[in-house]
Amino acid sequence: MSKARPGLLLLALFALVALPALTGKFYVELVAKIMIMAVFAMSLDLLVGVTGLVSLGHAAFFGLSGYMLVLAAPDKYAAVSLWTSLPLAVAASALLALVIGALALRTRGVYFIMVTLAFSQMVYFVFHDTRVAGGSDGTYLYTKPQTNIGSWATFDLANSTHFYYAMLVLLILSLAFLRILLASRFGHALRGIRSNEQRMRALGFNTYAYKLAAFTIAGAIAGLAGYFSAVQFGFVNPEMLSWHQSANVLLMVILGGMGNLIGAIVGAFALVLTQDLFSSLTKHWLLLMGGFVIAAVMLLPHGLTGGGLAWRNRLRGARGG
Amino acid sequence: MAEALLAAKELTRRFGGLVAVDRVSLDLHRGEIHALIGTNGAGKSTLINLLAGELAASSGTISFRGEALARLRPERMARLGVGRTFQRSNVFAELSAFENCRLAAQARLPRAWAVHESAQRCETSNTAAARALDTVGLSPRGRAAASELSHGERRGLEIAMCLATDPHVLLLDEPLAGMGTEESRQVLGLLRSLRDGRAILLVEHDMDAVFAVADVITVMADGSVLASGPPERVRNDQAVRAAYLGETI
Repeated sequence: MSKARPGLLLLALFALVALPALTGKFYVELVAKIMIMAVFAMSLDLLVGVTGLVSLGHAAFFGLSGYMLVLAAPDKYAAVSLWTSLPLAVAASALLALVIGALALRTRGVYFIMVTLAFSQMVYFVFHDTRVAGGSDGTYLYTKPQTNIGSWATFDLANSTHFYYAMLVLLILSLAFLRILLASRFGHALRGIRSNEQRMRALGFNTYAYKLAAFTIAGAIAGLAGYFSAVQFGFVNPEMLSWHQSANVLLMVILGGMGNLIGAIVGAFALVLTQDLFSSLTKHWLLLMGGFVIAAVMLLPHGLTGGGLAWRNRLRGARGG
Repeated sequence: MAEALLAAKELTRRFGGLVAVDRVSLDLHRGEIHALIGTNGAGKSTLINLLAGELAASSGTISFRGEALARLRPERMARLGVGRTFQRSNVFAELSAFENCRLAAQARLPRAWAVHESAQRCETSNTAAARALDTVGLSPRGRAAASELSHGERRGLEIAMCLATDPHVLLLDEPLAGMGTEESRQVLGLLRSLRDGRAILLVEHDMDAVFAVADVITVMADGSVLASGPPERVRNDQAVRAAYLGETI
């Protein structure tokens, strides 16, 4: 696990705080979107990088939460309260993760990948093939959730700068929560499970319960991200739940470097920004994306955040020899 | 005789047509080192895996403190106080020796819901881990990654991790395998000191070692018990002598 460099983190934080003062609306909205994806990617890193559970169905929890926001509104012009709809949406994602996890965690390895994929496809087709929330077309959400506490107007989710800072706070809180979680006995046990599950059981750990708890927490945090993604775009459709979305977020985690959370954030920034860059250059940008990902994986097998480490070792090796 | 801590009765395990363990009965008592010997493929490791809950028995019962156990699982056996080591070193390679033991000690005090408490600063686990490392003489190597330890040190770490969970019963699967004479001597000394208050099942190939420390010896051949009893009686048993023809027992 690569150690986070505090100086670098602080610098990144300053840059994120200062960004709205330096650029226009386009980048403020783009970076807000990236921060949402970063929270989503961190939640998956808890499974893939920390616990060693490769899930290919994580979009189900992201998407369900977005749908819950839309379904919570009595009609699509009425604003719902953030403070009631957010807990509802996150709880729905957590519950779905608990049910899917309870079944999927009976399998291991490649079967786990297939079973999580299958369950998320089931959720996808529930929203795709029924008339719930617009079927395959999806549906709009015309008003943002209102954030008043009593008569106190707090912040305005329709204002892109307000929304940006809300997402920055969300990102920091999610990171802080997961860091504390990883430092606890629970977090140490999860790393133990990734390292050697058989040994963990022989020591007396109920690894199934640990994995299910991690799966549920990851689902809840993915739901948190999905809710705000729906808020930002004012639109939900089944694509939010699709396996493309699951693969996309998995790519962020792998690209950034697994198991240290910061990697997931870096991966989200790297993937979305390169997508943005390449798609502005050519309409065949997916080809360039493919090349970029292959190059990144070959040159930096431990991801962008583990990269320094690999190169340093290589240099040290060269000098030593 | 006092009630056995861990007892197997008519334990059988089949793999397809092969009967790996055939109606084996075995009592492990507190304060005793019970050695289990037999040729390769005699079913010793299968028996340990059955007792540790790693494998389900085809028939027969396992009881702990006189109570028959249903639905055995490794984590359940460990929580009851049945600790085990593996034939091939089975540690957390990327963690340090101390961290391996702390994680093991944590199993006694999981408090998984206390997510605000740092695992690194857990006094109980740290103390238990330090004591376990000290017992096997690995304290000076506490900060080394488990993957960097020598073979003998890793075997010691296996035992230390097991001790960190504070077990009543120790199931040791060939703890001396691959060790030098001096290392073996130390481990045998350690086993003698661990005997107090605990029941130990020792699977071992080294006959000299077995006869040096065992209070009871069970000999297995082709999945079933050939002979069982105090070392002297086993040494003079006709069936055992026939099975070990050519070897000096």
